[in-house]
This record gives sequence, C-alpha cells and structure tokens, in this order.
Amino acid sequence: MSHLDLLTFARGSALNWALMLCVAGVVLRLFEIFGLGRKADLAKPRAARPGSGWRTMVTRSLPPEGMLKHDPVTYIGGYVFHLGLLVTIFFFAPHIEFIRSMTGLSWPGLPAALVDALAVAAMAALGTLLAHRLNNLVKRMLSGIGDYLAWTVTLLPLLTGYLAYHHLLLEYTLMLALHLFSIELLLVLLPFTKLFHTFSLFISRWYNGDLFARKGVAS
Amino acid sequence: MTASLSKGINAFKEVIDAPIASFFSSCVHCGLCAEACLFYTETGEAKYTPIHKLEPLRRVWQQEYTLLGSLGKLLSLSKPVTDEELTEWEPLVYDSCTLCGCCSMVCPVGNDLTYMIRKMREGMAASGHAPEDLIAATTRAITIGSPMGIKWPAVQAQIKHVQADTGIEVPVEREGADYLVLMSSMEIINFPEYLSALSRIFKQAGVSWTLASDAFEATNSGIQIGSSDLAREIVSRIVVAAERLKVKCVISPECGHAFTALRWEGPNLMGRPFGFEVKHILEVLDELRAAGKLKTRGKDNRPLTYHDPCQIARRGGVVEQPRRLLSEIAADFREMPDAGVMNWCCGGGGGVSAITRAEPLRLQVFKIKKGQIEATGVQTLVTACANCRIVIEEALEHYHMKIEVVGLTELLAQYLVEENASPIPSPVSGRG
Repeated sequence: MSHLDLLTFARGSALNWALMLCVAGVVLRLFEIFGLGRKADLAKPRAARPGSGWRTMVTRSLPPEGMLKHDPVTYIGGYVFHLGLLVTIFFFAPHIEFIRSMTGLSWPGLPAALVDALAVAAMAALGTLLAHRLNNLVKRMLSGIGDYLAWTVTLLPLLTGYLAYHHLLLEYTLMLALHLFSIELLLVLLPFTKLFHTFSLFISRWYNGDLFARKGVAS
Repeated sequence: MTASLSKGINAFKEVIDAPIASFFSSCVHCGLCAEACLFYTETGEAKYTPIHKLEPLRRVWQQEYTLLGSLGKLLSLSKPVTDEELTEWEPLVYDSCTLCGCCSMVCPVGNDLTYMIRKMREGMAASGHAPEDLIAATTRAITIGSPMGIKWPAVQAQIKHVQADTGIEVPVEREGADYLVLMSSMEIINFPEYLSALSRIFKQAGVSWTLASDAFEATNSGIQIGSSDLAREIVSRIVVAAERLKVKCVISPECGHAFTALRWEGPNLMGRPFGFEVKHILEVLDELRAAGKLKTRGKDNRPLTYHDPCQIARRGGVVEQPRRLLSEIAADFREMPDAGVMNWCCGGGGGVSAITRAEPLRLQVFKIKKGQIEATGVQTLVTACANCRIVIEEALEHYHMKIEVVGLTELLAQYLVEENASPIPSPVSGRG
C-alpha cells in the first residue's frame, strides 16, 4: 500500500468509521447518563435563582476567586491547551477547507503562523500539565492509565499535524495519513475516556448550577 | 459478598442518578477540589482530595451503569468494592468531610461533590461502615428523640428558667400559631440564651409562635450518617407536629445541618411538598427587621466578625440576612477573607464534631479558620449555628485564643428595644 493509498483510506473509510463510532459512543454515553434519571426535587426552590444551570455552564470556565493562586499551572496550562487546541482545529485554513469539503460549511481562518504558534503552545501546555500531573501528589494519586492514554491521544493529532505542516520527520503524505489516523483514534476513544468531558461537563455544570440555584446560591 | 456489603452496594446503586453519572463522566482528575478542602489544605495529605473520597461509589457507577464497565465486570477485569475498602474509606467519607460544599463551588467541570458524598453515605451506613459515634447519636435520636439524649422535661426546665428570667410566657402546643420554633440539642444544653433571646424578640415583634412537646429537636443525625429512612423518621416528627398545630412556618434554629435536613431534604424524604414554609431563624429575623418589627437600640462597639455556617450560607442561601442584621447593631463589623458563600468551614460540620476519633484532625484543620479570624483582629465572633459555635469555642480554647463566640439571635436580643422597659442585659464589654 502506497502512502497515497494509506492517506486515501485515512480520509475515507477510516474517517467515516471513526466518526460513526464517535457519534454512537457519545449517544450511548449520553443515554447512560440521562437514562438514570433524576428524582423531582419536592423542596420549594427560593424565588430568586441567581445562578441557573445555564449560567454555571459558562461561569465555571473561570476560576473562582482565589483559586488561581492555589494551582496556577493547572489553570493557565488548561487555558493555553484548550485555546490552542480549539484554534488549531477550527481556525486552521486547511482544516476549514476539509470541513467544507465534507459538510459545505466554512468560515474565515486565522493566519497559519498564529495557528502554528498556538498549536506549539498547546503542545507545550500538554507537556507542562503532564509534568505537573507526575509531580503533584494529588494529581499523581488520582491518575490512572486512562489519564495517560487520554493525554497521549490528545497530543498525537497536534504533534503529527505540526510535523506534517512543517514537512518534518516523515514524508508528507505518510505524515498526513498518520495525522488523520491519530484524529480517528481520538474520535473513537473520546466517548469512552475522560475526554468525554468535552460533552459531559456542560451537563454536570448545568446540574451543579441548578442544585445551587434552587437554594438561592450562584455557583 | 456479605449481606451487609450487598446492602451497601445496592444502596450505592440506588443513589446513583443522572447528576452523579454526569459528574463522574466529567472528572478530568485535575485535583482542584483538593484546594477547596480544608482537610487537604491543612494536612497536605492527598487522600483527603474530595473526588478520591468517592472512589468506591465511582467504581460501582462504572461497573453497573456504563457499557465498558459492565463488560469489565463480566470479564472479571474490574476491581470489586470490598468490605475492607469501605472500612478504609470510612474516615474519608465521614471524619474528613464536613459536607461544607466548598469543593462543589470550585470544580471546573461542575461536579457537586458534596451531593455525591451525601449520597455515598447512604451506602456506607447500609453496609455497616458508619462511625460508631454517629450510629449512637442516630440511635438516640430515634429512640429518645434527640441525638444528645435530651427529652421534653429538659426543655420544660429551660422554659421555666426563661419565663422566670424574662417574665415572658413561652407558648407550648399552641394551635394556629404562625411559627413552630425548633431548637438543637446544643442550644438546649449549652446555649439556653437562644430561647430566651427568641422569646424577647418575638414578644417585641408581636409574633405568634409555639413550641411542640413532641417536636422540639431540629437536628437530624439521619442526614449526617446517611440513612434516609431514619432521616425521614426524624423529619416526620416535625412535619406531624407542624400539621397538627396548623402553623404557617417552621423555624429552623441556629443550626446548619438541621436547616438542610428540614428545608431542602425534608420534602424529598417525606415524598411530598410541605404545606408550611421552612425558614432559618435568620431569615425570619431579617423579615422582622425589614417590616420594622425588630427594633434595636445602640450599637456594639466591639470589633465583630461573622462566621458563615456552610449549610446556612453556601448550601442554604442565607448570606445577606446576617449581614443586614449585624449592620443594625455592629459599629465595627469586619468580614473574614472568603466570607459568604466561599467561607471556610469550622471543621466540625456534617457530623464530624460528633465523631470522637476525628477530634485531633478537626482541631488541625481549624487552623484555616484561626488564620481568618486573626486576620480580622476581632475579639468577638458571631455565628448562627450552635454546632459551629461549640466547635469553634473548643478549637479557640485548644489554640489559646481569647475570642468570645456569640449567637446572632442572642446578640440581637441584647440590643432589643423592649416595650416593658425591662433592663436589657449588658454584653461583656464595650456596648455603645
């Protein structure tokens, strides 16, 4: 199989299967959550509900007062990583073109040099967060194989994309195929690892906001 | 698997709902919840990380309610929850969690860890892994009517003293009264000034109220130990009395978890909404203040600070009321750092103060509150929870700190304008 055949497979059947498995997995996981249901709260909520679930979905993205200084590496590393990843996925012109070719949707991209820098920043943040995880007593205790697996499959698309863009290490077509395979691996594992927080954090934040808001507390 | 473990696992399965499933699904193991737990911040021991305290419950969720987890269980690839593990977890779930809710406020993915710990205690209690002291307190609450073993005659004795001191009748079993007043054991035994203060304030405000001889105790060990059946039994006494006396509102006393038990958990335990309101005493006092019925005279010149009881502020939504009340009588009110919904716990909530073996740990973690109090430079701390009060008083003594702790209701009564012009008891010092 030539590199081009591999790339064709990666862009075709492999991607389709990965997307299907990802969607099916996400639907299954959402069903696993919502299928459990929730008993109606019979306690009368306070009239004023300053922090609705919807509000907490957004506000929980910011550190509560004073928390940043407790663990700046996690907060700052987390912001840099997530921002870098999002920009790289959705604002890199070739990615937008790829999405357009599949869905017909497109939007303006950002300069390649900026995306490149943010991708590097995201990878550096991932490296820093891993080092922090290994050095911090609490994080190390909480971490298992799933955490390191999630870290690896998140890094791979960024790394292979960077190497492909800069024509480094391997022949471009092969590296691009590996880039796609790494994305497919990420898609397949996303619903079944902690990466599922991509979806579930909005649900948990909503519940948190709602539970507190019923008592009149904005969380 | 032993019968008790099986009961515990079943209880775990029963309490797991959509919020809990979403919380476990969302956890990214960032460990930030540890930074909000005084048991971690004051000891540096990783085992006190809130999400770690939930590990057995998480595994039950994973093995029972996720496809991959179920497959793992089927193929014997997953680690089952054992009695030994629950024994090891008992001090984490009870001794080192006050259900203060601070971790739930900081989790970046929005996990309400306190909600989960409260639910997890159901399985711990069902499997026989609750602390003996809490079991004993709950047994007393069920058999005698109060976790501290107090019976109605003790309350009657207190009523007699209050009536003699104030010359005000304490109404008992008065049908059709607006308010049913509850007390905590701690108030009956250690802080009788609460009932006295309340009598005087209500007399001045013209409030119609009553005590009930079979429902005077507000505390609920069933909530703390994590037994909904027992918690329901305890709550039902209050509900039955409130309905019998046809009151419009039940007043939860200066006690944190009693408010949670009655206001937020009560209707859910009973399986029906209440036909009466439930208010914390601070809410009632603030309403009286707003209506101009709580008249005070003079200001306390002592520098004062206020400790927010977690279940009343963060988990109860009563945050501004004590500050408005204090502004009426405090000339030099000073907030502690992180005051309000992000307050630090006293270290004794959620049943921790009732667990004897947890005392050294409780005193150790009080260091955070100690630092906060010292930062204000006050000599007087006001609070609105008898449990916080006793925990703080004990810790202050342990650390040789000369700080007076007073209940807010009692402090307000000291500045009350009374129609009969009876002499107002003087505070310790510095009254303006």
